[in-house]
This record gives sequence, structure tokens and C-alpha cells, in this order.
Amino acid sequence: MTATDSATGTAPAPAPERPDRSLGQAAYAWLRRTDTGSSTFSVLVTALLLVVLFGAGTLRYENFGYPQVALNLLVDNAHLIVLAVGMTFVILTGGIDLSSGAVVALSTVIAASLLQKGWAAPLVIVLVLATGTLLGWAMGAAVHHLQLQPFIVTLAGMFLARGLCFVISEPSIPIRDDLFTGLAQNVIELPGNTYLTYGVLIALVVVAIAVYVLHRTRFGRTVYAIGGNEQSAGLMGLAVGRTKVAVYAISGFCSALGGLLFSLYILSGWSLHAIGMELDAIAAVVIGGTLLTGGSGLVVGSLLGVLVLGTIQSLISFDGGLSSWWTKITIGVLLLVFVVVQRLSTRSSR
Amino acid sequence: MSTAAPRPAAAPVVEMSGITIEFPGVRALDGVGLRLFPGEVHALMGENGAGKSTLIKALTGVYRYDSGTVTVDGVEQQFATPADAQAAGISTVYQEVNLCPNLTVTENVVLGREPRKRGSIDRRASRERTRRVLAELNLDLDPGSILGRHPIALQQLVAIARAVDTDAKVLVLDEPTSSLDAGEVAELFRVVRTLRDRGVAILFVSHFLDQVYEISDRMTVLRNGRLVAEHRTAELPRLQLVQEMIGRELSTLEHLEREPAHEAPADAVPRLRARGLGRTGAIAPTDLDVHAGRVTGLAGLLGSGRTELTRLLFGADRASSGTVEVDGRPVKLRTPRTAIAEGIAFCSEDRKGEGVVGDLTVRDNVLLALQARRGWLRRIPTKQGDELVAKYIKALDIRPAHPDALIRNLSGGNQQKVLLARWLLTEPRLLLLDEPTRGIDIGAKAQIQALVSQLASEGMSVVFVSAELEEVLRISDRITVLRDHRTVADVDGSTATLDSVVDLIASGGDRA
Amino acid sequence: MPETPTEPRTRRRLDMSSPVVWAASALLVLLVFNAVVNPGFFALRIQDGHLFGSPVDVLKNVAPTLLIAVGMTLVIATRGIDLSVGAVLAISGAVSFTIIDGSSDPTSPATAAVAIGTALAVGLVLGAWNGFLVSVVGIQPIIATLVLMTAGRGLAMLVTDGQIITAENPAFDWLGGGFVLGLPAQVVLTLLVLLVVAALTRRTALGTLIEAVGTNPEAARLAGVRSRSITWTVYVFVAFTAAVAGLMTNANVSAADANRAGLFIELDAILAVVIGGTSLAGGRYSLTGTVLGALILQTLTTTTLTMGVPDEYVRLFKAVVIIAVFLLQAPRIRAALGRRRRSARTSTSPAVPVPAVEGDDVRPLTPASSAEPADATAAEPTTTDQGALR
Ligand SMILES: Nc1ncnc2c1ncn2[C@@H]1O[C@H](COP(=O)(O)OP(=O)(O)OP(=O)(O)O)[C@@H](O)[C@H]1O
Ligand SMILES: [Mg+2]
Repeated sequence: MTATDSATGTAPAPAPERPDRSLGQAAYAWLRRTDTGSSTFSVLVTALLLVVLFGAGTLRYENFGYPQVALNLLVDNAHLIVLAVGMTFVILTGGIDLSSGAVVALSTVIAASLLQKGWAAPLVIVLVLATGTLLGWAMGAAVHHLQLQPFIVTLAGMFLARGLCFVISEPSIPIRDDLFTGLAQNVIELPGNTYLTYGVLIALVVVAIAVYVLHRTRFGRTVYAIGGNEQSAGLMGLAVGRTKVAVYAISGFCSALGGLLFSLYILSGWSLHAIGMELDAIAAVVIGGTLLTGGSGLVVGSLLGVLVLGTIQSLISFDGGLSSWWTKITIGVLLLVFVVVQRLSTRSSR
Repeated sequence: MSTAAPRPAAAPVVEMSGITIEFPGVRALDGVGLRLFPGEVHALMGENGAGKSTLIKALTGVYRYDSGTVTVDGVEQQFATPADAQAAGISTVYQEVNLCPNLTVTENVVLGREPRKRGSIDRRASRERTRRVLAELNLDLDPGSILGRHPIALQQLVAIARAVDTDAKVLVLDEPTSSLDAGEVAELFRVVRTLRDRGVAILFVSHFLDQVYEISDRMTVLRNGRLVAEHRTAELPRLQLVQEMIGRELSTLEHLEREPAHEAPADAVPRLRARGLGRTGAIAPTDLDVHAGRVTGLAGLLGSGRTELTRLLFGADRASSGTVEVDGRPVKLRTPRTAIAEGIAFCSEDRKGEGVVGDLTVRDNVLLALQARRGWLRRIPTKQGDELVAKYIKALDIRPAHPDALIRNLSGGNQQKVLLARWLLTEPRLLLLDEPTRGIDIGAKAQIQALVSQLASEGMSVVFVSAELEEVLRISDRITVLRDHRTVADVDGSTATLDSVVDLIASGGDRA
Repeated sequence: MPETPTEPRTRRRLDMSSPVVWAASALLVLLVFNAVVNPGFFALRIQDGHLFGSPVDVLKNVAPTLLIAVGMTLVIATRGIDLSVGAVLAISGAVSFTIIDGSSDPTSPATAAVAIGTALAVGLVLGAWNGFLVSVVGIQPIIATLVLMTAGRGLAMLVTDGQIITAENPAFDWLGGGFVLGLPAQVVLTLLVLLVVAALTRRTALGTLIEAVGTNPEAARLAGVRSRSITWTVYVFVAFTAAVAGLMTNANVSAADANRAGLFIELDAILAVVIGGTSLAGGRYSLTGTVLGALILQTLTTTTLTMGVPDEYVRLFKAVVIIAVFLLQAPRIRAALGRRRRSARTSTSPAVPVPAVEGDDVRPLTPASSAEPADATAAEPTTTDQGALR
């Protein structure tokens, strides 16, 4: 052992983090330290798994490889993408929003019943979005100002929203409004005989805005900071209260928007729509590599998470022969595979 | 009536008077005043639990006070939030590291005041600015690395960097040096002096008298939540300061000077023998012998692997190489439980994250390790538990002396004592102490050092880790010097001098 | 000498800021309300030596939820959550009924014993699975149990082949409709489990260790607490309670409906725990609180029924009451109400409200989570002999 290293700090010592650096590990180290939330790596794992899953489908079913099958993942899940984006904001602060599925239902019911009464579609849209935002804001205020637990506040919000649905209308109401049906039925033609819906466009715009807000604004930084250590964030002089209330309002807005997209997709309003959809959204966010404890995760991950869930769904529908229980079991197993792989591949991080 | 220190020319930037804060059951501050002058370093002195941190939190809008006034630049203020205080030019580093571990160093430094370009955060400028402050503190840190991956001490330096990176007129530093070693302290003081000369008023808290005397111009002494006096540092003899802080003659501190003299037969089987013990990325394979009745000190700079080595000895992290023998028997230290079963105890340096269980009472915290060893079925009988707890509260002078107080409401130093009690209760044969005196006031520090000496003379083996070299030297029979994640020397505690150890740390012990 | 304030050992007295007290008051209000609206509410009849009446109904109906909520309390105390209890409940019912249905002697007690034994064993295995995912693999509890929540109902339907299975077995049906000492068997069973759990956690050190794991897992591990086994055990236990609840509910209707049995019961159980004042952030828990929480929820349901609230308003009504209960429990509001009572004493309040964090830190100063109230007469810092220095 030579001891030529004289100056302090420049010794060829094992680096504190990952000393045995092969090329792969150097790349790994780079990934682990890039950017906010340090979650780039988990997102890449998700992306990889998505490709594998889709590839498996292509091998198994001959029509699975058509481009439109991939695009349909977006078309069928536009509403869920928007929901997951809102959920990501909340989860990044270490909170959770269980009300989003119920708010989706409430949005469809409000929209359908008002349209049935002959209200103008734009007005209805504004009203629905305002309702969702307001509900989210109220929940955020309860979480922050009353120091109640998010799980509970939003659970109460969920009961409230469902309750309101029933009060407005129990049976399902069809939507026949021209603007809605027009938006629903017209598609954006793409080359190669494929298409996307306007709903997808809206969802992707929402994702883009969310990415910008989270990574390029102080508000976004505050969201991550709160998730990292709320108390520290407060002591550092960040606007913790305002930000916390805002993320729930954002989630409420996204749920309402998701509800509108869902009503475009399904052209009806019903109090029992979207039962358990909040769990889908949460699952998507988690599959996308975001930690439920907050402070770490990327919106793009949530988008991928939704696509993973979508792929699982379409694999099952391609199979066709599955009974409803095998469907449930398959979804459970695939979810399991995902979280386990995700967990094992990111395990060494701490 | 020594409150009348000579009036300086300038008016105070901050003047607090009559501040009273009551917590349920405790009056933490009782009519306390404090004046901070521009261009002066002001030391806030007092024992653990005297109310220093509370006073700082009252100033910076974390706590609302029940009565009293705060004026800043002659205008009366009651800050509602830390943000308000910041906006008024008061920049603060709180006692425990208060940053976001999930963000990068850069993000933490500029958080809340990011440079912006056309409305969005300018990352390049952020990075540049961070580089600049880090360089100012002579910190060699990758600005893009995640903060939480760095040791506590570096995190503390980043917190300081963040505080320095403002044009604040008041800078408050609550025990910034508790986990730093001499080099970093020097860098910090250099920056502090620069700021002082720029006219910034600095409030500084530390339990290290040397540091306080080196840097401060003025002192305020608190005791039990009350103001004792304000002095000019130059006019206050140390002895008087200590007396004012602890309210009595300083007899316990005699221990400070006592040389340890633990006899240990050199040929005996060591209580613990580690051979080639290491962990990839944390510490290179290391040999270490710890004898019965001896104190083994680990010396080294920040990040030299002191903590990592101690953790391996306790099974807190798993070793990737090497063997450990206890009393000549090979053992596998896979988990803390196996180590505890071998009679090993470990006080972590990360008191908040790895020590206190905040929701539980002092009593439950003290009894935790013993209870865990007995297993859940054999609950420690209430009476026996009460007696044990009472005994240790008394022995270690834990304040407030309520077994049923929630530990999270205790001051930092007192929490540390509770953790010590937790391990002493298990009557370990090998006690691993990682920074046991961090954030502890001088009276208590002397107590703890005396306690360690006493335990060793009763036959316990102790591994003692501290950033404060003098302390390691004073207390250890044998000193292992670490550098860059490996041991570089092993010296006799009685012959080693501060200079010789510093030399070893710096040069890396060329005798390898 | 360093004086130590000699505070008297905490006196037990009604602490208006304790969530349990609020839950009890809420229950009381509900009961009084019922008594006023429906004077017959508290009427009890004895028929064939068995007790009947609305209160008994409430107790009987609350039994499965309460049982699960007891298990859930421990899971939540370790900072976890179990979403899969509804699915486990359904599986337990499906397994037991399939066994009885397929047996050669469907009415014999032996068949019932086999069915019960198998269902409970399956429950334990499922719990072990959840516990494994959480404590060994290290998956976040909400997601780990979401897997079984999703797949579990599928499994239950797989067992029953998607059918609703009906079967009659007197011994088995006793679980649903039987009586012990005049009280419904379900109620007695639940009480039994509750007492055992209370004894196990409070008479031994288990409760404290669970709280330690939930508050600061790393500190607990380093103190030598078997965090992993404890975490694992609570998941096994909650699945066990769910399996028992599954036997009860299905025996009660003499049918196993894999699709609907125990739907949303996980939400009710979690709600009951939280209404009872146990924080989802882990740590301190209160079984008494959980019992009160479950009773509040059940009484509320009974109330809506007896009041004849129109169908479409039932959910809204419940939501509003639940929200009201939560609002009453909000630390801020409780602090405000408590402050009025103890007026000038604790006016200090933090400007930065923060949830559980340890250390030399900002803390919400109201002892929200402490069961022991700080006493009004608590010692002030003792006046030290400041002598000549002042
Ligand atoms: N949130 C709180 N609730 C109840 N008591 C508290 C709270 N915060 C502090 N205290 C009490 O107030 C007193 C002063 O504590 P403080 O943290 O200000 O001490 P300190 O002088 O900073 O001590 P140290 O040197 O150990 O950091 C202590 O007795 C402490 O137990
Ligand atoms: Mg302090």
C-alpha cells in the first residue's frame, strides 16, 4: 500500500457513494443523482418494464403490435392520465387524494344533468372545473389549517362527492350535447391510418404543464421540498401552507377535468362511475416510481404508470377468453411483478 | 447588575425584551432580553435546556411568545412565520439540520430564492451561485448530489452555506459547529468574520467555550429560561461565565483534566477483535482490538469512516468482509440484535433519525433497548422500570426530570442523555459511542466523560468517537486514527499529543 | 445544585384535547339524538333467553368491522395500512362455504370445523404474504396490500367459480346467528378478541414496541427491537381478524358472495381507527378509540335507517356527520376549545404547524397526541439561586 496521497481530500479513496465503479455503475450513479427527486432511475425502470410488457403482448397476440393498439392506450386512459397528474402533485407533498374517483363521478353527473337541462356546454365545463377545484381547495385547507390527515380528509371528500352524486341523480344520464358528442366522436387523424382523440391531446398538454410547473417554478420546488421535510421547508421560509392547499386544489381540478374527459369517453353521467379509480391513479403514480412518502417522483413516471395499467388491460381484453376473476387476478399479479421489480431495482439506493 | 455592558456606538439591529414563552408544563423563557449589534458576533450561552433554541425560534417567528417585544431596526415586529423573519433580513440555521434531504445540494442552497430567467428557474445560475458559496466555505461538494446522501456534518455545512448566501443583516447560527471538526470550524469562522466586518449582526450558539471566546464580541447568558447577564466577551473570565451558566461552582469540571489510567493486561484476549472488517464503499478492511476496561478512541476527519466503522461493529450495517471475535469467539454481527446479544451497545450520531422515538415518553425511551432484549412477552415490571428510569434520570441529570414527558419536547442535550441511559441500562460490555457529547453543555460533557472513565475502570470497553480531538485524547487509552475510509495508525492514548494525532490525520500515517 | 422541577406524576383526568374524549362525546350525542327521535331505541327485549333491540343490533352489526378495525389499529400503529381486508374476508367466506358445500356431510359439526380451520389458515397465509411484501421486500404498505385487494376478489371468485354459494350447517351458522349468554355470538367473539389484544399489547411490552416501530423504525431497529417480525405479525393478525369476520358475515346470511362480501369494509375499518384518534402516521394508538369509532359509524347507519332518511340522501348525510366528527377532532379546533377552558395557560402556538417530527424541533405545542395532559399546576422552572449575578 503506498501512501503518496498527501493533500487532504484528493486521495484516491473510495468515494462515499459507490466506489467499485464499473462503467455500468458509473452510469447508475449518474442516473441516481440527476435532478430533482432523484427518481429518474425508477422512471427508466418503469419505461423498460413497459416495453417488455408490450413486447410480450406483441409476441403473444398477432394484432397487438399495430400502432393503433399503442395509441389506444392513450385514448382509453386520457382521463386517468389527468387524474394521475393531479395525484402526483399531492403525493409528492407526502399527501394522498382518495376523493379523485368520486370527483370524476360527480363531474360526469353534474355535466350530464346540466346538459340535459339545456345549459350551454362551455358554461357547464367551467362550472364542473370550478366545483372540482373548490372541493380540492376545501380539502387542502382542512389538511393544512386544521392539521387533519390527508387520507382522512380526502376519504371524507370522497364520501361527500359520492353523496352529492346520489342527491343529484341516482340513475345514469346520457349525454347528447353537440359539443360533447362532437368532441367525443371526432378524432385527430394521424399518418398510417391511426388516430388520437382530443381528450388525449388535452391530457398530454396537462402532463406538459405539470412537468414545467414541477421542475421550473418555485412552486414546484416547494412541492418537492414539502415532501422531503415539511418542517424544514417551513423553517426555510417556503410558503408551505399555500402550496399544500394548492396541490389539493390542483388535484381537484385534475379530477374534474378527468371527469369531463371520462364523460366524453363514455357519454353519460352516473353516480357509480369511476368506483376505485383513485386507486388506479395511485397505483399508476407508484408504478411510475413516485414514493408515497413524498419528495421523490416524476410526472412522466405517472404517465408511464398509466400506460402500464392500460397495457395490462389491453392484454387481458386481447385474450378475450378470461373470466372476470382471472382478469382481477392477472391485474393483481402484474401489479405485483411491477412493484417488486421496481423495488428490487431501486433497493440499493439507501 | 452586570447587565450594563458598555454601550456601543451603533444602535442594536435586533432588540428583544421581556420575552416569555410557556409550553404546557414548562416556562421555557421568562422575561428574556437580547440585543444584537451590527458588526458584532454575539454568543448565546447556557446549559442544555436553558432556552437558547427557544429564544431563537421566538425571534424568527417559529414560536409566538406570550409577552415581550421584538424590535428590528427600531420597528416592533412579531413575525408570524420564518418566512417573515427572512424577509426582514434574519437568516437562520436551526439546531438540527433543517434542509430537504431529497433535494440536491444546489436546490437546497437556493430554495425559495432561485434565480429566474423569464419566469422559470435558471438552473445554470443556481448551480453557479451554489458553487460560489460552497467555495467561499471551502467546501468540496458536488452541487448536483442529493443532500441526504451526505453525512450530517456536511449537511450542516450546506445549511450554513444557505444561510450565508443572503444579504441578511442578521445571521443566526444555533450550534453550527457541534458536528464539525477543527478545519471546518476555521473555515466557518473565516466566513463569519467576513460577514461581521460587512456589518452583519451574528448570533452564535455553541457549547465549546474555546470557539465562543475566539469568535464572539459579546455574550448573553441564560439559565433555566431566565436572563442572567449580558457581557462583553473580553471582560468576562471563563470561570465566571461557567458559573453564570450553571449557577454554581464548577467542581464537576475538574474531571476534565483528569488523566485516565486504566490498566489492561496487554496479553489478554481482547473483548472485541476485528480483522479485515470492511464494507464496500464505506470503509476499507480494518483491524481493531478493543480491550476490556479500556477506552478506544476513533479519530479522523469528517467522512473518514469513523461512523461507518462503529456501525459495522454494531451490525447496524452489514460488513462485506472480515471477521469479528468477541472474547475470542467468532461472531457474525448481522443485525443490531445479534450485537446486543453479545453485550454491545451503540449510541448513534444521528440522534433525531436513529435515536429518539419521539412519540414515546422519556421512560419508554430509556427502557426501549432493555425491553427489546427481554422480548415483548417479558415486560419490565412497572415498579422496577420506574426505579431504573428514576435512577438514570438522576444519575445523568436529565431535565426536566419527568419520566412521562414526551422525549421530543426535551432539549437536544437532554435527549442525548436519555439515549445514553437507554444503553447503560442494558449493562453492555462494549459501548460504542458515536459523538455522545455532540450538542451537550460543558457541565454535562464533563459528566459524560467522567462516566465513560468510570465505566471503563469498572471493566467496560468503550469505543469513543468524536469530532473533537481534544476530547478523544483526554479520554482514550488507545486511539485509532482513520483517514479516507481506512485506518492509518493506532497510537497509545497516554503518549499521543494533539499535534501528533493531527499530523497522522493529515499525512495518512506513512508507515503503512 | 441543578434543581429539577418536581412535577407531580401526571394526574389522570378528563383531557378535553384527547381524541378519545371527542369520539366518546360524538357517540353520546348520536345516542341521545336517537333516543329523542326514536324513544324505542333503547328498548331491550328478552326472547327465548336472548337479548334483542336496537343497541344489540348495533353491536351485532358492528362486530365484523370492529374486529377488523382492531387488527387495523395495530397495522396503522406500525405506520402501515391494509387495504386487502375486504378481499381476505371474501376469500375466507368463499373457502369455508365451498368446503361445506362440497363435503359429503354438509351439516356435520366436523365439516364446519374443517371449513373454519381452513378459512382461518388461508387468512393467515394471506396475512403472511402481505407482511412479507411489506417487511421483507419493503414495498409501501398501501401498494403491497393493493395487490391482494385487486387479486383477492378474483381469487375468491375463482374458489366459488363466480357463483354465490349457499349452504346450511348448524354449527357453522352459529357463528352468524348464535348466542352466548343471551348475547349474539359475533359480539362475544369480537369482545373476546378485543380483550385478548388489549391484554397482549398493554400487559406485555408489545404495545410499546409497536409504537416504537411506528414512530421511528430505524431507531427501533438499532435499539434491538425486532421491527421486521413485529411488522410481519401485525399483518398476519389483521388478516386473521378479516378471516374471522368473513366467517361471521357469511354465516350470518348463510351464503358466500365473493363479489360483494366485505366490499369497502377496509374503508370503514380505517375510518373507525382514525375517528378513534390513532394517527395514520403511526406511533401511538388507542384501542378504546377504535371501539368508539366503530360504534359511531354503526350507530350512524342505524340512525339513518330509523330516521327514514331518503335513500339518495343517506350517503350525503353520513358524509356530513363524519366530516363533522373529524372537524371536532382537528388539533386546531380542539386546541381552541381546550384553550377556552384553560384560558390563559397555553397561548403559545407554533407558526409552523408540523406533523410528527422528533428532536429539538418545532412542535405543535398542543399535546395533541399525548394521552397525558400537561397539568395546569405544572411546575414552572424553579427559581435558581441567581444570587449576586443579577
Ligand atoms: N415544543 C416544546 N414543548 C414543550 N417543551 C419544550 C418544547 N420545546 C422546548 N421545550 C422545553 O423548553 C426548554 C428550553 O429548550 P431549548 O431547546 O430552548 O434549550 P436549549 O437551550 O436550546 O438547549 P440545548 O443546548 O440542549 O439545545 C427545555 O426545558 C425544553 O424541554
Ligand atoms: Mg438548542
